[in-house]
Amino acid sequence: MLQNYVPILIFLGIGAMVGMGAIAFSRVLAPNKPNLEKGSPYECGFEAFEDSRMKFDVRYYLVAILFIIFDLEIAFLFPWAVVLEEIGMFGFLSMMLFLGILVVGFIYEWVRGALEWE
Amino acid sequence: MELMLSYMQGWPDWIQVTLINVVKIVVILIPLLLAVAYTTYAERKLIGYMQIRIGPNRVGPRGWLQPIADALKLLLKEAAIPTNANRYLFLVAPVISITAALAAWAVIPVSDTLLLTNIDAGLLYILALTSMGVYGVIIAGWASNSKYAFLGAMRSAAQIVAYEIAMGFALVGVLMAAGSLNLGEIVRGQQGSFLDWYVWPLFPLFLVYFISGVAETNRAPFDVAEGESEIVAGFHVEYSGMTFAVFFLAEYANIILISALTAILFLGGWHAPIDTPFTIVPPGLWFIGKAALVLFFFLWFRATFPRYRYDQIMRLGWKVFIPVTLVWIAVLGFFMFFTPLGHMFH
Repeated sequence: MLQNYVPILIFLGIGAMVGMGAIAFSRVLAPNKPNLEKGSPYECGFEAFEDSRMKFDVRYYLVAILFIIFDLEIAFLFPWAVVLEEIGMFGFLSMMLFLGILVVGFIYEWVRGALEWE
Repeated sequence: MELMLSYMQGWPDWIQVTLINVVKIVVILIPLLLAVAYTTYAERKLIGYMQIRIGPNRVGPRGWLQPIADALKLLLKEAAIPTNANRYLFLVAPVISITAALAAWAVIPVSDTLLLTNIDAGLLYILALTSMGVYGVIIAGWASNSKYAFLGAMRSAAQIVAYEIAMGFALVGVLMAAGSLNLGEIVRGQQGSFLDWYVWPLFPLFLVYFISGVAETNRAPFDVAEGESEIVAGFHVEYSGMTFAVFFLAEYANIILISALTAILFLGGWHAPIDTPFTIVPPGLWFIGKAALVLFFFLWFRATFPRYRYDQIMRLGWKVFIPVTLVWIAVLGFFMFFTPLGHMFH
């Protein structure tokens, strides 16, 4: 059973090697002459000012939090969908109850404006 | 393969297994990387024709060698690393992107027998790896220490995360119909004529999945993460030479992956649309043809649609796609359990 996953492990290794190999290979072949101008961050020709790791909009956090809730929901739905035929009507209705509760939360988010981006 | 096996007789088992797998992986990777290279060429050529231009036509006959010239050029260009960047993360980011984009191909069944490994958690593995790809983008934006890169990474992260949910729900619909996470089983569930493909009972989910796929890969019209006219090149603004090329490869490998998955999940994978005359064409070619058709839409979208505004993208993801998929999952279950039409859905 687990033997089927061995090729995946090897593939991940080779995938990483393709990326690293290409970068390393060009490191050897390509010129490498860093200077002050080349090494400064691009800001349309201006001198860079302030730190670029600035404060950002709190809505990005909100999206991340909402994502966790919904992604967990999907994590529940995946195994449920696979065995749906075996668990039958009872399984279907209990998941609908669960989804119903989540939809209430979703409507609350919507009404409170958590999904607005303007 | 036979020759190799006889040559390796007597070697330890794990070396044999590893070497055979390495050969198989290379056999997958070479056509894949060629496909990536020629997708970039097809894109430039197609968009050229759609805009009544010729497109690249200098290198080789009709420009056929253009992607190879591009690759060589990028290989020989200096990959500048910004002074203020976090060097280690800056170089790791493209590698993460390409690893995720390539390794997902381990479970794609080209035909009934033509696949690297047959795992039961195939779809879960794909979902996990495509989610890994976003780390490459975020790390690149953070490590560059540049404002545009940072903005691009933030936008990209929020966008991918929003569409990941819609995509996940769309996949739940496929799972309900197929009853398996194994990609091969999902295709076998669609056996028969083209009327048996999941695209019909799951039509809204098909649309949501495909459009989410376009958004997940940061393609036009959802390419705000690298919107040239607003934030220059977004998360890879500081990347040059081969480090940029690796991101580019990963993006196109992901596009081809989404096309292949759309073909597998909704368009019947390697099955021919009608039985008798069309089964002469080998199943692998049907699969590649379907994936190529979906891929064409990616390029067509780029030539046709203007870029969405960021708030429009988020509204589409959260307020249209998620409700549509939720409702369709309920409708699907309702049909399966409460109506005599149930057999249509599996």
